Amino acid sequence: MSIAAATSALATRAGRAIRSRSLRGSRTLRGALLLPLFCLLAGCNMVVMQPSGDVAMQQRNLVLASTGLMLLIIVPVIVLTLLFAWHYRASNKSATYDPDWHHSTQLEVVIWAAPLVIIIALGALTWISTHTLDPFRPLARIEPGRPVPAETKPLEVEVVALDWKWLFFYPEYGVATVNELAAPVNRPITFKITASSVMNAFYVPALAGMIYAMPGMETKLHAVINKAGVYEGLSSHYSGSGFSRMNFKFHGLDAGGFDAWVAKVKAEGKDLSREAYLELERPSEREPVRYYASFAHGLFGSISNMCAFPGKMCMNEMMKIDAAGGAGVHSHENRERLRYDNRHVQQGDEAPGATVPATGRAPRSEPQPGDTPPAGDHQGHDHRGHSTPGPNDSVAPAQRNNN
Amino acid sequence: MMHTDTAPPGTEPVFHLEEEHHPEGSTLLGFWLYLMSDCLIFAVLFATYGVLGRNYAAGPSPKDLFDLPLVALNTAMLLFSSITYGFAMLAMDKGRQAATQGWLAVTGLFGLAFLGIELYEFSHLIHEGAGPQRSAFLSAFFTLVGTHGLHVTCGLIWLVVLMVQVGQRGLIPENQRRLMCLSMFWHFLDVIWIGVFTFVYLMGVLQ
Amino acid sequence: MFSNLDLQKFVFGRFTLADIPYHEPILLVTFAGVALGGLAVVGAITYYRFWGSLWRDWVTSVDHKKIGIMYVILALVMLLRGFADALLMRSQQAIAFGSNEGYLPPHHYDQIFTAHGVIMIFFVAMPFVTGLMNYVVPLQIGARDVSFPFLNNFSFWMTTAGAIIIMISLFVGEFSRATWLGYPPLSGADMSPGVGVDYWIWGLQVAGIGTLLSGVNLIATIVKMRAPGMTMMKLPVFVWTSLCTNVLIVAAFPILTAVLALLTLDRYVGTHFFTNDLGGNPMMYFNLIWIWGHPEVYILILPAFGIFSEVTSTYCGKRLFGYASMVYATVVITILSYLVWLHHFFTMGSGANVNSFFGITTMIISIPTGAKIFNWLFTMYRGRIRFELPMLWTVGFMVTFVIGGMTGVLLAVPPADFVLHNSLFLIAHFHNVIIGGVLFGMFAGVAYWFPKAFGFKLDPFWGKMSFWFWLVGFYFAFMPLYVLGLMGVTRRAQHFDDPSLQIWFVIAAFGAVLILCGILSFIVQLVVSVRNREALRDVTGDPWGGRTLEWSTSSPPPDYNFAFTPVIHDLDAWHDMKNRGYARPLTGYRPIHMPKNTGTGAILGALSVVFAFGMIWYIWWMAALAFVAMFVVTVVHTFNYNRDYHIPADAVVRIENQRTAALAGRV
Repeated sequence: MSIAAATSALATRAGRAIRSRSLRGSRTLRGALLLPLFCLLAGCNMVVMQPSGDVAMQQRNLVLASTGLMLLIIVPVIVLTLLFAWHYRASNKSATYDPDWHHSTQLEVVIWAAPLVIIIALGALTWISTHTLDPFRPLARIEPGRPVPAETKPLEVEVVALDWKWLFFYPEYGVATVNELAAPVNRPITFKITASSVMNAFYVPALAGMIYAMPGMETKLHAVINKAGVYEGLSSHYSGSGFSRMNFKFHGLDAGGFDAWVAKVKAEGKDLSREAYLELERPSEREPVRYYASFAHGLFGSISNMCAFPGKMCMNEMMKIDAAGGAGVHSHENRERLRYDNRHVQQGDEAPGATVPATGRAPRSEPQPGDTPPAGDHQGHDHRGHSTPGPNDSVAPAQRNNN
Repeated sequence: MMHTDTAPPGTEPVFHLEEEHHPEGSTLLGFWLYLMSDCLIFAVLFATYGVLGRNYAAGPSPKDLFDLPLVALNTAMLLFSSITYGFAMLAMDKGRQAATQGWLAVTGLFGLAFLGIELYEFSHLIHEGAGPQRSAFLSAFFTLVGTHGLHVTCGLIWLVVLMVQVGQRGLIPENQRRLMCLSMFWHFLDVIWIGVFTFVYLMGVLQ
Repeated sequence: MFSNLDLQKFVFGRFTLADIPYHEPILLVTFAGVALGGLAVVGAITYYRFWGSLWRDWVTSVDHKKIGIMYVILALVMLLRGFADALLMRSQQAIAFGSNEGYLPPHHYDQIFTAHGVIMIFFVAMPFVTGLMNYVVPLQIGARDVSFPFLNNFSFWMTTAGAIIIMISLFVGEFSRATWLGYPPLSGADMSPGVGVDYWIWGLQVAGIGTLLSGVNLIATIVKMRAPGMTMMKLPVFVWTSLCTNVLIVAAFPILTAVLALLTLDRYVGTHFFTNDLGGNPMMYFNLIWIWGHPEVYILILPAFGIFSEVTSTYCGKRLFGYASMVYATVVITILSYLVWLHHFFTMGSGANVNSFFGITTMIISIPTGAKIFNWLFTMYRGRIRFELPMLWTVGFMVTFVIGGMTGVLLAVPPADFVLHNSLFLIAHFHNVIIGGVLFGMFAGVAYWFPKAFGFKLDPFWGKMSFWFWLVGFYFAFMPLYVLGLMGVTRRAQHFDDPSLQIWFVIAAFGAVLILCGILSFIVQLVVSVRNREALRDVTGDPWGGRTLEWSTSSPPPDYNFAFTPVIHDLDAWHDMKNRGYARPLTGYRPIHMPKNTGTGAILGALSVVFAFGMIWYIWWMAALAFVAMFVVTVVHTFNYNRDYHIPADAVVRIENQRTAALAGRV
């Protein structure tokens, strides 16, 4: 068997196959092709494909380039599959039948080399783009062909994923917000991201890709918004009951608009003291937007070091002690100072993933009437009074003493 | 077409065996595969200890806790038990049932001594407030060493059961095969312990 | 008063009557359905006096064929449960927009998506794969059974026990809400108190033991039990992929066992492996679970690749193109599958070097996978393709799978993953490869080997209905999810605000209904085939013009599989035998040495359910008793040396003469 025959089949019949629409399975293929068209008709907004920030735009371009590269292989494979399936059907007696043909070195070289070539190209693209688009790497440009001016100071935003709302600090302006994020267009933004109890992911699709928000840790994200507008932001890592409602609006504003927004936050906001933070930190759903004109000094640092609660030891202090070889055998009091995860239970809040019998409610029932949001300025949907708070033994896990 | 015949040319190829086919026994291979999977469990525990082993949570470190001479004694117990198991297998090869049983009993006593010392060490640590709940380091330590101890316990029970079976039926091929499996298991635990001793105790205290 | 409470706690642990969801209409109806169905089955078994036979011929059977069939039945039953969860999710997401909350509150919805993932992977895909391997591998290598027949029975019952534990959570208490992989800190004791995560842990742990042991068993079988002449490079491709799958099982499942054990300690003892505080490290869990989890993906897909290879070669009437490169591709995939785990969490922020390393290793896997696709393609080339049902599934797979493969490689580009991770695009991707790859493969396998197992073919009409419903339904159900992913919609959301998304969810729900029709058609196909079994009967044992050894014996094969151990000279041994005019021997039968049945496996499985239930509900006495009982049963089992017997020669003669007569009666 010569390779020529096979490759000519590949070359000459491919065109015919594309025209021939009567093939088995082509209905589904056509369905797949129709979907984007349908999308236009339904007027859907493919935000990942039409982002408004330069980082997300580069990621979009990467998606398109990679897809294009892969289609070089995928389309011929699909076409050939349908073509061969049709042409060599048993009822077509005119097709060549060669039951013993099972090997061709040249062809094998081609079928290993063709994907290899694509993967080499894609691998190079991956290596370069992963480094240029590393979320930890400060931005080099604002837009294509427009490097970041040397004197520009990025806007710093400190992000905390709480159960289940987002808290944003603006250290430069001394303000903080809940469930609303704003940034001036064309100014680089540096996000420092952490979480209070479980993992979440910080994601504004129009702005840049997502990154995890993790308790006791700080991740970073560099991004810039190029077009003014209001965009969706969300948690894209499941985090318990209130996860679906853990959304916020991201406002891309022009410079004047941003200053006005800061002024508005300052004017309307209250003070985010540590006590106010500890109250805010408790699990609640569907939180409204809140403004804070000021916040306690070093609050973000103590949140990311899990020591916002009074009397707790900070992670960085603990790590310093550990690096020096620990605190010796007589250090029992440190254990309680480092306990952190058990505070939901100690405060009588329902834990984010609690199930029967720890929830205190019947299994799989609707939320009970007592759960409706309390009246007044606190509009959030609270998760309190479910579990039976008990004196917490310092050793065993909370659930053990909870029934 | 390429037919790679085993039959010489000119003769009819044979397509079935007239006699009964006896594939080689798979027990030792199967048991070895199981041991490798067990080895992976230990690999995870070692890796966990590697990641968490310095997270003392502002608490005690290996230097504060470990008593190297005691652990060295413990190690000696296990190493001796491996040697005596080897003697048991030599006796088994010679078909000497009483000697086999004797060496197995000695092995069991060494194993018991090992467990006793380990339990003493654990209770001492817990008494000092350095239990597995104290820090990630201690969680990883207790789990790694405790899992090994649990394996030794299983090995001891198995040893007793086998001694009863050898006593009942003698050194029949089934029992020989079982003794071989336990032998692999016992030496495997020895190897793991050498890793524990080096990685956890020696490197912990001498770092 | 207090002592009363203590007694209640001692006897019932943390269980109270309030933990039974008798006020939940969906569950009540489900329970009524299950109870009535169960009663009907029990009644039927009693009426037809089937109990004895059920116990003797099935429950205690160590015959790899029966165990294989039971695995597949388990998978199909659990498929119904897993798919019911899928329907609930699709319908909830199709209606829960704006002020409409849908009908599933978050704490219920979260359990459903967790259960769906767990059941589909561990109790549908795994038993399906294990069942087919169990049935086919010994037949394809010319063996009479697996290396450790008792262990095989025990593995099956442990897998079933795991499934039962998961199913109990539906009616007693609640299931985990912490997603199918149970990421801490959410799955830890402090964030997920209650029985949910414990059900998940013990279900997987018990089933995992079964899977691991069956992996050991099949490796030993393939390495040691092959018929004379069957060198490694003459193994059927399905046996090769099974070997690689089982190597992956043995090298991956211990990691799952260990990591679940660590989480168990966190939850029960109060250790700090994966907690936020006291030095624990949840990120380590992500790494460990995916070091198991990624190979798991290949554990599922490799046997499907093997099935497609067998099917393509058989129905094209042609030797598989590029056998050697197929084998090497399988081995390369096996090795590479351990070097890619981090691509499941690029978004954790590991840094550019680490991310691009794992991204590129992931892409490299697509090279051998691509080579396999080309090999099937060129097997079709110059073949004479009979479009029986298995071949339809294969062509459907080839077209569908490459799309899923493409989106998979796209997700392996870290910056692209940053915008697509955890989105519905990801959901669409892995359903594209798991449905389009694994499930299509399993259905192809069932249609292909069904006549071998039962002696009659499956009804082709309803099979084709099932195929087309599945195929079209799949595209309707998952193409919209690709679009939604590109619209920035994340997974696991119980409710949406943006009404413009709704139309896509409605289309996806419609697709799910089409798939439901596919499943119903499959059930109808089984019923119709059983009723028309005489018309569909195959007495030759080789209804498709097969090429491998399983087609050389009768359908269904006798207990001993082969009256004489075959001798192999070439790849596609049965094809070679037919080609060279092999005549079935009619005399010279000998007694055949076979393993005896035992009830130990089923008893241990049942005890492990009791043990797990005790652990889950903190009924310590129950757990302790069950544990001691398991221990005693195991030790007692080792005192039984009388584990095999001989099928007498005249019994073999009788069975083989029946076959001779049947073959002669065929015109």
